[in-house]
Amino acid sequence: MIGGMSREGWINLAVLAGLLVVPLWALWADEPFTITLATRVVILALAAVGLNIALGLGGLVSLGHAVFFGIGGYAMGILAHHAQTYTSVMEWPLLIEGTKSMPVVWLVAVVASALAALVIGVLSLRTSGVYFIMITLAFGQMFFYFAISWSAYGGEDGLSIYVRNGFPGLNTLVPIQFFGLCFAILCAVLWLTARLMRSPFGLALNAARQVPVRVETVGLNPVRLKLVAFVISGAITGLAGALFADLNRFVSPTMFSWQFSGEIIILVILGGVGRLFGPVVGAAVFVVLEHWLGGLTEFWLIWLGVILLLIVLFARGGIVGMLAGRSVAHD
Amino acid sequence: MTEPVLETRGITKRFGALTASEDVSLDLKAGEIHAIIGPNGAGKSTLIQQICGLLHPDAGQVRLGGADVTRMAAAARARAGLGRTFQVSQLAMEDTVLQNVVLGALGAVGRPWRFFGAALRDAELRDRAEAALAQVGLCDVAAMRCADLSHGQRRQLEVAVALSLSPRAFVMDEPMAGLGAEGSKRMTGFLSELRGTAPILLVEHDMDAVFALADRISVLVYGRIIATGTVAEIRADRAVRDAYLGEEA
Ligand SMILES: Nc1ncnc2c1ncn2[C@@H]1O[C@H](COP(=O)(O)OP(=O)(O)OP(=O)(O)O)[C@@H](O)[C@H]1O
Ligand SMILES: [Mg+2]
Repeated sequence: MIGGMSREGWINLAVLAGLLVVPLWALWADEPFTITLATRVVILALAAVGLNIALGLGGLVSLGHAVFFGIGGYAMGILAHHAQTYTSVMEWPLLIEGTKSMPVVWLVAVVASALAALVIGVLSLRTSGVYFIMITLAFGQMFFYFAISWSAYGGEDGLSIYVRNGFPGLNTLVPIQFFGLCFAILCAVLWLTARLMRSPFGLALNAARQVPVRVETVGLNPVRLKLVAFVISGAITGLAGALFADLNRFVSPTMFSWQFSGEIIILVILGGVGRLFGPVVGAAVFVVLEHWLGGLTEFWLIWLGVILLLIVLFARGGIVGMLAGRSVAHD
Repeated sequence: MTEPVLETRGITKRFGALTASEDVSLDLKAGEIHAIIGPNGAGKSTLIQQICGLLHPDAGQVRLGGADVTRMAAAARARAGLGRTFQVSQLAMEDTVLQNVVLGALGAVGRPWRFFGAALRDAELRDRAEAALAQVGLCDVAAMRCADLSHGQRRQLEVAVALSLSPRAFVMDEPMAGLGAEGSKRMTGFLSELRGTAPILLVEHDMDAVFALADRISVLVYGRIIATGTVAEIRADRAVRDAYLGEEA
């Protein structure tokens, strides 16, 4: 299989290796902050991998993906908050206790954000183009303001979680262990996404983005295909939100902000829309720029803007497209 | 008498003041090619859109295999056995030829909710797709991106996608458009055989092709059918000559 690997395959492998080597080096050099930065890259990449399924494969420009990120974050925040205050989330009609267990938090985050994506998708997919963008944006704002006014969970100030949630067999407080966990999740999701892209569903979705009318005339429903893509997409971004909250041990309404929705769109465009590793490369470049350029000048976003402009004008395939050329069909 | 495979009854469609279809009734019987001819803007494509469910008529019925499908969405009609080609190719340009036909096969098999196995490694889908490509003679370019195909190859691919559905009836909107003499001739030979597989409702401007292929012809002018008959009858029809054929006949 390795012998038949495409150029893009090698690039992807190199990206993964780089993402693994940097924090290991940081561990050896005793630079824990670099490990935290690498973890940030991995989690943002995961959020953007989720978005890429809607945006890159389904052609759905969602300016509301922060909703799912925020839901994932608040799923973690709320469950952990109750666990650390020894209160229950609700007592009636059934008793739900808080938890500090990551797997449980993840499950709740994924299910809750998938449900939200289903509802938002059903309503938004009645429209397309600019209207779709605006409806998803409106949902984002609704959740943002709701979170701000939800005083039970900190309102505008958000929630602080004192101790990172636990995972069986690991000490998640050790930065490299938490990094490893996030990295493993990213790899698993990338693997599943790669399968999805080649699957019958992926093929149909890909066509539904390009020529919905053709998809209809072979007897498939393009809107339903896009809806399922939107739900999968939201669930992955939601999972990333839960991890992000655990990374910072803090959740706040900014996780729901439209700026964050825009930010992960930027990650995807930077790296390459519709490319498996586009979001990963995009996240890495973004965090590196944010850290180094941001340290040099307060106006680093202008430079990000310039890079983005160049990519949109001259390299539609993003950084991955520039390095690997046009995407090729796999057998 | 056997039931027609495909039938319209009194289809009427208005766009504001313009009547694009007026009381159009026609049928397609097993084994035949029924050609629809008429000048530009006569309403041929609009009629096909209504037959396939992408436009809904203001009045009238579309029947497929004896069942009323007027209220069915386009996807449901495709599943019920309608295979269509477009006047302007509707293909996934970024995808390969094979992927485009596998999409048709996927529609025919009807199981798109599979997220793990590779579509191009699915024997059932692949066999179906490759059979359709072989029929139109596109096997050699199966791995090419659709965007890199010639115009003629794209027209063939349109037909291949419809073939991959194994439909009960074909509805083709100008399959020869832009093909050139050689291409038209090949397509004509191909369609002539295809009618044995399933009957074809054929909209076409290329009169040589129509006269060579059609078992029956309907002439559409300003949304109305002004004549239906065999090739000889239509060629002899005074009104048709005046309205459409002119010197050509
Ligand atoms: N969606 C629409 N809204 C308004 N008018 C339309 C619409 N679609 C088609 N028309 C008009 O209806 C008439 C019939 O158009 P149609 O495309 O069906 O003609 P046609 O017979 O296929 O022509 P051609 O031979 O050029 O393909 C034309 O006058 C066209 O402008
Ligand atoms: Mg037309």
